Amino acid sequence: MKRLINIRPSRGGRWLLGALPFALLGLVYLGLSRARLAANPNERLLPAPTTMLETFHQLATEASVRTGTIPLWGDTLASLERLGLGVAISALIGLTIGLLTGGLPLLRAKLSPLVTVLSLVPPMAILPVLFIAFGTGEMAKVALIVIGVTPFLIRDLQSHALRLPDEQLIKAQTLGANSWQVLLRVLLPQLTPRLLASTRLALGSAWLFLIAAEAIAAQDGLGYRIFLVRRYLAMDVILPYVAWITLLAFLLDRALALVSQRAFPWYHAEEGDAS
Amino acid sequence: MTLRHAFLSLLTAASLAVTPAAFAQSRDHFSVCWSIYAGWMPWGYADTQGIVDKWAHKYGIDIDVVQVNDYIESVNQYTAGNVDGCAMTNMDALTLPAASGVDSTALIVNDYSDGNDGVVLKGSDDLADIKGRKVNLVQFSVSHYLLARALESVGLSERDIETVNTTDADIVSIFPHDDVQAVVTWNPQLSAIEQLDDAHLVYSSHQIPREILDLMVVNTDTLKANPDFGRALVGAWYEVMQKMAAGDEAALSQMAEAAGTDLAGYRHQLAATHLYTDPVEAASLLRGQALLETMRRVAEFSFKHGLLGEMAPNPGFVGIQNPSGVFGSADNIKLRFDPTYTEAYAASQK
Repeated sequence: MKRLINIRPSRGGRWLLGALPFALLGLVYLGLSRARLAANPNERLLPAPTTMLETFHQLATEASVRTGTIPLWGDTLASLERLGLGVAISALIGLTIGLLTGGLPLLRAKLSPLVTVLSLVPPMAILPVLFIAFGTGEMAKVALIVIGVTPFLIRDLQSHALRLPDEQLIKAQTLGANSWQVLLRVLLPQLTPRLLASTRLALGSAWLFLIAAEAIAAQDGLGYRIFLVRRYLAMDVILPYVAWITLLAFLLDRALALVSQRAFPWYHAEEGDAS
Repeated sequence: MTLRHAFLSLLTAASLAVTPAAFAQSRDHFSVCWSIYAGWMPWGYADTQGIVDKWAHKYGIDIDVVQVNDYIESVNQYTAGNVDGCAMTNMDALTLPAASGVDSTALIVNDYSDGNDGVVLKGSDDLADIKGRKVNLVQFSVSHYLLARALESVGLSERDIETVNTTDADIVSIFPHDDVQAVVTWNPQLSAIEQLDDAHLVYSSHQIPREILDLMVVNTDTLKANPDFGRALVGAWYEVMQKMAAGDEAALSQMAEAAGTDLAGYRHQLAATHLYTDPVEAASLLRGQALLETMRRVAEFSFKHGLLGEMAPNPGFVGIQNPSGVFGSADNIKLRFDPTYTEAYAASQK
């Protein structure tokens, strides 16, 4: 029976079909950009692709007169440093607290309600408080990422720890393991790959908090640059920067996925899809 | 905030579908936008009281007055061609629409900042102590220009300080922290910061009168094809100005409420704002040589910071014209100061 649900594209066809929406979007942009540039050659709203490439090339190769650093690399380094630090601190706190509250009912009773309430506070709403507590330097930017991402990780890891079969814990105790050994030898190895998976999901919000923090007070960073030229509708800077951030986010995500697959092949064995 | 931005981006995207070539023709429907600022509250009052409608109907046209929450967003709406006019400062008129190739005319000069913008230091009341400090401000804004003028006045340059780009919405809440040693901002944030501990106002726009101007800027082609649009705006503006000059409490209270303060608070803001309630005085500023001199300063500052675009080879790349002459390239005039509408109104009132 030829049913729609059974028609599958060939391998090459899949690539073509996947590229089609991108090509269409590109064509629509080119058409609009050309029409507006014809009316006003100094138009900044929809720059021609060549203009964007030129500007991006300048940003990536020419040192700024004021600071002496090359803007693109200086911004990228500053942002990745903040993101990396923020996410690493979040992951560490998330794993520690998730492991303890997931493994020790006594601790869970104390901490779980607090974590649940904290995770519901919108981090952007307490920004002014953050500034007064941490100032406007690097500390505040990293703190915003940590505050935004950690509660999510804790809750995810705690619930994962609770879902592990009781038989495992009982068997370990039968073999003479004490609480400490159960935490370190039964729970921890099974939570680590889960941490990587949750961190991949949390990266999206981490980027959001990073860009927001850089928009408010900063001297460098990818978000800083975008908000600096927003005044001037300098889309020839903004659009390539957005594309660059997207690429960085994609590479980070793939890197974490690869680490997870290499280090914990057993965790991915039951997933049919190798993502 | 994000919702509004999403909405505005949608608006911008929708406007892209409209061909820009559709501007220069006579129409009977126009729109102008403004954002909250002491000198622009009369626009809101003129709109809600039906004064703009009255003048527009007199000329058989319609004018929508739109309030936009975010100043820069309002200017971007004008640059993108979604509205025919917008309230903005002289520096922004040059660096945003004019530098983007949108031929713009300053139809009305609303006021000049007479202390509404200022430099605040912590732990010192001597401007010279700013040397070596980090300064929080909205980079490339009027604040940045004021800072450059302040540094000049004590023989320093921008190399002697470090600027930190800070949004105007958050500048008050970061001031108390030890990291922050100096800020440059405008009202109402400036008044709020002045009341905080250890804040010293060391320089303000009061020291550079008639340099930071607030204007109603309209699209030149639209104005040329529809002079009635200009006449109606000027008529409505000066009708409100008469009330302001007479100290009409009911009108002032309404503006105060719209600005989120009370009558006393709004009067305090107006004290640092020199409103041009007299059309004759406004027209002589628009007409004079001194204005071109101010714009030369502004253009040089803007060029130094790359605000005239990558294409600009010199500060005079964007030509600026008023009846006294032209600054910069005469074959690329994109910013014009036109006193004729204001003068015609003044003559009609005699």
